[in-house]
Amino acid sequence: MRSYAFRIAKSKIISVILTLVTLISTIPFLLVLYFIVKNGISVINWEFITHLPTPVGEPGGGILNALVGTVILIFIALILSVPFGVLVGIFLAEKSGSKISFFVRMMSEILQGVPSIVVGIIAYLWVVKPMGHFSALSGGVALGIMMLPVIIKSTEEILKLIPVEIKEASLALGVPYYKTILRVMLPAGLSGILSGILAGTARIAGETAPLLFTAFGNPFLNFNILKPISAMPLLIFNYAISPYEDWWAKAWGASCILVFFVLTLNVITRLISSRK
Amino acid sequence: MIDIVLRAENLTASYDDHIVVKNVNLSIVRNSITAVMGPSGCGKTTLIRCFNRMHELSPKAKVEGKVYLIENLNGRREEIDIYSVDPMIVRRKIGMVFQKPNPFPTMSIYENVIAGYILNGIKLKKSEADELVEETLRKVSLWDEVKDRLKKKGTFLSGGQQQRLCIARALAMKPDIILLDEPTSALDPVATAKIEELLEQLKNTVTIVIVTHNVGQAGRISDFVAFMYLGELLEYGPTDTVFTRPLNEKTEEFLAGKIG
Repeated sequence: MRSYAFRIAKSKIISVILTLVTLISTIPFLLVLYFIVKNGISVINWEFITHLPTPVGEPGGGILNALVGTVILIFIALILSVPFGVLVGIFLAEKSGSKISFFVRMMSEILQGVPSIVVGIIAYLWVVKPMGHFSALSGGVALGIMMLPVIIKSTEEILKLIPVEIKEASLALGVPYYKTILRVMLPAGLSGILSGILAGTARIAGETAPLLFTAFGNPFLNFNILKPISAMPLLIFNYAISPYEDWWAKAWGASCILVFFVLTLNVITRLISSRK
Repeated sequence: MIDIVLRAENLTASYDDHIVVKNVNLSIVRNSITAVMGPSGCGKTTLIRCFNRMHELSPKAKVEGKVYLIENLNGRREEIDIYSVDPMIVRRKIGMVFQKPNPFPTMSIYENVIAGYILNGIKLKKSEADELVEETLRKVSLWDEVKDRLKKKGTFLSGGQQQRLCIARALAMKPDIILLDEPTSALDPVATAKIEELLEQLKNTVTIVIVTHNVGQAGRISDFVAFMYLGELLEYGPTDTVFTRPLNEKTEEFLAGKIG
């Protein structure tokens, strides 16, 4: 039999290795953060977030068009996917064992795995082609589709976590089924549903591919959802592949803002779901 | 004449063709405590869930036979066949308290008491609501413990307090009967004693049917006792009689702790 000291040492070594590996796994993210902040922070100032882009060669200018565009696109995606996703989530949680649920759950999981560029093509076929031109609406549809599985899943999971006794308590008071769902189950699961929505938003905020041939991009400020619109990831993409040094710097600045936006959403999601 | 509040006739209940309650005939006496006891899986919970139509919520559940609720309206007796009216009405007249305390997690103590009104959209004036909350919480002897924190969430209370809050929630609807499904099985002995004491006070205003696994509890608090075994009602009568001179040998074995 090996000595006690040997076993202690072995345990220590394994423990140190695991700790190291765990810490190493955070390096890619920290590097991303480091480079983005290093290159982006110097570009960000008040003008950067309140002005439209200037023509190439002219100094100054900002990314207001992309900021507004991203907000509008997220808003459209939320309007389309939240009511739909929450209702589907309720169905899946309530009729958990039914054949329809099995089928829908599988479809939703597959949808989650569909490459974002393909979702973009579908939005192109559904919205851009019939309308005849690119639009914020088509981009919102694409992002909404991407968000849908996240919201369905989180709503279903959170509702399933609510003890059945809570539901029975309501029914036993003579509260009809639909009121039990609306007034007892949904409020009880609200924080989980909200964090699902935020997680979904964080997921789509940085999506570029589905917007390439839907929202398309727009160097001007646009509030009309039927017209093409810019978005942060689109602007970053276009600026990064451009030949102008000034645009590269702006792409770093926009990346910096986008990353911190997504980071904030994730932190809020964490806070909401850990508050319980 | 004995005043009957609930009568079950040839009641049979099943889940997915598996019969859990077999042909039960039983009359519950008004303003009494009836204990339903028997070994695990004997169908006692299912039996009482048939009384307020909660059984049918389970998938593939089936009920046959009749259950009548008898109401005294200004001296006139009225029999309601509970399976021929809206289950929501039945559940407001026959309340239920569950095994695990289950106050609504999003509601305050105050809101939990009047949850039946809030959730059903029955409007109460502020003064009516205040009065009902105080009166009901006093009935379950919880008022003094919580009167300073009525706006706090019900889930912050101890297990025993939560269970009394759930009894208050059922009582606030002013039901004819409350059904309690092993209400003390998740509580410590002190909290259990409090609930038992409470039930004895409550029977002046409401009829109580309590499912219990605990022979001692049935003996301490009940006026009548029903003994169920493998889905059948083997014995039913005044507690004193059944406990001292059981007619059925299975009852005797259960009381002696030989089965259970």
